[in-house]
Amino acid sequence: MSERTHLEFEKPIVELEKKISDMRDFSIGENLELSSEIASLEKKLEKLRQGIYSSLSRWQKVQISRHPRRPYSLDYIRLITSDFIELHGDRYFSDDAAMVGGFAMIEDQPVMIVGQQKGRDTKDKLFRNFGMMHPEGYRRALRLFYAADKFSLPIVIFIDTPGAYPGIGAEERGQAEAIARNIREMFTLKVPIVVVIIGEGASGGALGIGIGDVVMILEYSWYSVISPEGCAAILWRDAAKAPEAAEALKVTSSDLMDLKVVDKVIKEPATGAHNNHEIMAQKVKEEILNSIKSLKEKPLDQLLSDRLAKYRKIGDFDEK
Amino acid sequence: MEWFRKSKSRIESIEKKNIPEGLWTKCESCGEIVYSKKMEELLWVCPSCQFHFRISSHKYIGLLLDGGKLEEYDVGLASRDPLKFKDSKKYPDRIKTAQQKTGLPEGVISGLGTVEGIDISFAIMNFAFIGGSMGSVVGEKIARAIERAIELKRPLVIVSCSGGARMQEGILSLMQMAKTSALLARLAEKRIPYISILTNPTTAGVMASYASLGDVIIAEPKALLGFAGPRVIRQTIGQDLPEGFQSTEFFMEKGFVDSIVHRKDLRSTVTRLLNFMWRR
Repeated sequence: MSERTHLEFEKPIVELEKKISDMRDFSIGENLELSSEIASLEKKLEKLRQGIYSSLSRWQKVQISRHPRRPYSLDYIRLITSDFIELHGDRYFSDDAAMVGGFAMIEDQPVMIVGQQKGRDTKDKLFRNFGMMHPEGYRRALRLFYAADKFSLPIVIFIDTPGAYPGIGAEERGQAEAIARNIREMFTLKVPIVVVIIGEGASGGALGIGIGDVVMILEYSWYSVISPEGCAAILWRDAAKAPEAAEALKVTSSDLMDLKVVDKVIKEPATGAHNNHEIMAQKVKEEILNSIKSLKEKPLDQLLSDRLAKYRKIGDFDEK
Repeated sequence: MEWFRKSKSRIESIEKKNIPEGLWTKCESCGEIVYSKKMEELLWVCPSCQFHFRISSHKYIGLLLDGGKLEEYDVGLASRDPLKFKDSKKYPDRIKTAQQKTGLPEGVISGLGTVEGIDISFAIMNFAFIGGSMGSVVGEKIARAIERAIELKRPLVIVSCSGGARMQEGILSLMQMAKTSALLARLAEKRIPYISILTNPTTAGVMASYASLGDVIIAEPKALLGFAGPRVIRQTIGQDLPEGFQSTEFFMEKGFVDSIVHRKDLRSTVTRLLNFMWRR
């Protein structure tokens, strides 16, 4: 395996991991008994991990959400569903590879699954447009939502985008209209909607598929009105002030819980989802199935009125 | 054409020096100089290029509503500072400055009025108030304007003018897009018409929610519309944008605006539309 990519603050962890593995190789090569030394280093490593991961700044959490090895929508789909049949195209203009979706089974629960998709290597990144949708992506999602509504399938949504694409074609084909329509229409869908923010939740680009009866967020994901860089560029006139902007905007999962914008934070394994795809996926699967199960018990009228009420009450103001 | 442009700019600079400020108004679109007193008569529209100057909410209400009268609602709604947000300035200080500058409590005025005798629920945004940005108060006032339209069975007219969601209230601002659009779904269910009027500029979070959801979308000539701001797009794609990109005329051509309406015809257009969409 090639050298693992890691973030700056992960460096001490990676270094210690290397030291342990070197010592292990050495002990085998030289036939030396070093197991107690190795055990003590492993203990130290665990402590180091916990120390680092329990005191992350908001900006460091944003970086974890963008970790090159973080699981993406298709990873979750592969790990938690069977019989995934991808449905392509918006029927108007094209197929947007930054938005994936189709029928899938999660255990014995059939669902319509839709997610924003980033690429892993350079070629794939370009193909997925770095997870930035054009209007076709939103229209593709809406088409699948309508199909879910028609065939009574609960909808599962994975959010992971640095934003809707700001480009000429996107404007020409009505990026704003596509997002606005999706938001409105999602309030009319007569099936349960479960949203999981698995990585980045940037602004309208995320909200365009983000209306849910249950909205959950992974511990090291973020969700904000604007990306920290975008905010820094406007208010600080310097994109390099993104760490300050991330603090000011309060973008982390626990912030969103405090602001009552999400229903639940899904804890990540001790060293983040990027180091533990399988464990993370299992947890996500359980949470999705639990949510669908309880939502299915609600009468339809109540499901829809609860969905409206949930968003109707968001906001913080005084009234004289 | 080069000689022509040069001579024109020379004249401007001479005039600027000799004439007291405020007497003349310069069109930000074509550079035409207009006698300020005449602007009122022209409804603050450039006589040379038809660019629609940004005007105060009260002037707009004067243009659109019968007798220029709005029975204002939700006047007592005031922003809080849920994030304790601070960049170069504290958020509460920004609000205070905006209030002093505009004489308005927040970025939107809403209430009930009539157009040619037709009862409507009305809201108008003001760009001078922190870029017309939508935070909790703006979202709530728009939401209540939609609810009034539903409860009182009145058509809804919203005049948008906004740079998008208000960053200083973070995710709560983003959620106002959901709140307002959710209620528009209910309004649509009740078959109550909604006319969305777009003025310069209407972009980002407002354009990507209620401004784009009108049964009919009217826009003033030469307004800047769109999802992403032109600067962001230019940076992303690394090239200059085509002339007229993201203007009202551009979006009309692309199929996202029903009609480009001159200010002088706005009132009659709204009336004629409601006559088709609304039987009292």
